[in-house]
Amino acid sequence: MAEVVAPGFITARRTRTAGRYAVLLLGAVVMVGPFLWMLAASLKTDADIQQVPPSVLPNPFTGTNYGRVLDAFPFWRFLANSVVVSLVSTLLQLTLAATAGYCFARIEFRGRNALFGLYLATMMIPLQVVIVPLFIEMRNLHLVNTYAGLLLPTIVSAFGTFLIRQAFLALPKELDEAAFVDGAGHARVFFQILLPLIAPALATFAVFAFMASWNAFLWPLIITRGSQSHATLPVGLSLLQGQYTTSWNVVMAGAVMSIAPILAFYIFTQRWVIRSLAFTGLKG
Amino acid sequence: MVGVSGWRKAVVVTGFLAPSLIALLAFSLGPMVASAWVSLHEWNLIRPAKFIGLDNFRELWHDDDFHLALQNTLYYLVGYLPLVVAGGLGLAVLLNKRLKGVALFRAMYFLPVITSWVVVSLLWKWLLNPKNGLINTMLGWVGVDGPGWWTSQTWAMPSVILASAWKDLGFVMVILLAGLQAIPHELYEAAAIDGARPWRQFRSVTLPLLTPSLFFVFVISMINGFQVFEQVWVMTDGGPAGSSTVVVEQIVKNTFDYGRAGYASAMSVVLFVIILLFSAVQLRLQKRWVFYG
Repeated sequence: MAEVVAPGFITARRTRTAGRYAVLLLGAVVMVGPFLWMLAASLKTDADIQQVPPSVLPNPFTGTNYGRVLDAFPFWRFLANSVVVSLVSTLLQLTLAATAGYCFARIEFRGRNALFGLYLATMMIPLQVVIVPLFIEMRNLHLVNTYAGLLLPTIVSAFGTFLIRQAFLALPKELDEAAFVDGAGHARVFFQILLPLIAPALATFAVFAFMASWNAFLWPLIITRGSQSHATLPVGLSLLQGQYTTSWNVVMAGAVMSIAPILAFYIFTQRWVIRSLAFTGLKG
Repeated sequence: MVGVSGWRKAVVVTGFLAPSLIALLAFSLGPMVASAWVSLHEWNLIRPAKFIGLDNFRELWHDDDFHLALQNTLYYLVGYLPLVVAGGLGLAVLLNKRLKGVALFRAMYFLPVITSWVVVSLLWKWLLNPKNGLINTMLGWVGVDGPGWWTSQTWAMPSVILASAWKDLGFVMVILLAGLQAIPHELYEAAAIDGARPWRQFRSVTLPLLTPSLFFVFVISMINGFQVFEQVWVMTDGGPAGSSTVVVEQIVKNTFDYGRAGYASAMSVVLFVIILLFSAVQLRLQKRWVFYG
């Protein structure tokens, strides 16, 4: 650049940039530091974890706490439960949201707007408000402590339906019309022509649904009460705390183990994750 | 619509809509109606339910535990909302600058959002450990004798608030960042030409144009805030001595521990009405401060 700038200006700008990095770094320490503190605790011995003031680095390092978690709890069972429930829930949410979204966006029928309004209205009904009747319903269906019981209440997402309807609406009408002229039915237009075109929206919602399902606590806690056979990782972890009230090294080891899978998922899908949440802001 | 008409269309619509509609009725709208119905009964989930009219609501009106739970839930909102909105706004403004490595910082700030409430609660319980937690140790460095945090009746709610705000900062940040990036750059150039300094630009350009995003974040955080549960359940279990009990925790305990499903449903109904009322007020007030360009 051949600009002529006063040297003082450049120094001021450099100082400002340095200042900004300093603040960003401080933010990173506050947001990531606690995770490192958790990791450090999980590697400390029983004597080390009790020290006042606490040691910064584990002295000595020990991996036994992870073994203790595995001994005390069916960790792999919890992990498998979480994986099964999150995957199936995500798949069903995608299916239902895509079919409903298509119907609301691409087929004109009487009562469409009223019905869509009904879907949107359910976004105002938090799970917390319906847990009692929902639990009773599941009990009457003999679905307490089953995968079906864990899954069913999560399979329909009004938010997902809305998101995917918007994606369908953004596609040009001519696509369907040309296909109909060629003799295609709605099933073919949906599966073969439009669905591939909204892949980004589907991926966005899939990530959103998976993370929500993976981290869910209240419903899994209630529907698996009294038995560990179907508990998911968050529920299992809360049980671990009950057993190891003061052994923070063991509890933190359990916490590390339970976030490791989602962390790996996050590292690979980071852009989608952040986008999917930014999307929720766009609906307002 | 081309190609479909009459009963064929009905079949197509049913085919596409029935699965989600049935699920919606069975697991959301149905239970919502049932919730109102159960709230009119005395029921321990074992013996048959007994109809008692509005007795549950009358009892709620005089129930000290429920009042305390409501108060604490409001206390939570009053502490949590400003922290998370102001903090999220700060981070968003910081990340909106074109600096190298911003994406990495954004990903790091987002980490708590993808972590489950249970992990965040346990993590903060450890950080806020009165004896040798990191926070009290650091307070000790500057000569402050840290409080008992979740073991103290005074500090239990603030502990919950702190953990919650930390977890949700990244969520607010991402939504506000999307809002910031939608502001046309020309407006800043125009403001700069008119001689507006950075702070003035922020007040006169950024803030007004960000109000729709701020409004959204505020309403969502408020609705979520009323439903606060996991953090309390894991960090304090409502204690010590009920000092951090909240509404949803009362609902769960009344249903499953005290055998009072009808009473708990009445609480659910009250909570739902409160959320609706607060949302309606927010929608009303938005005309005063939200700027739709």
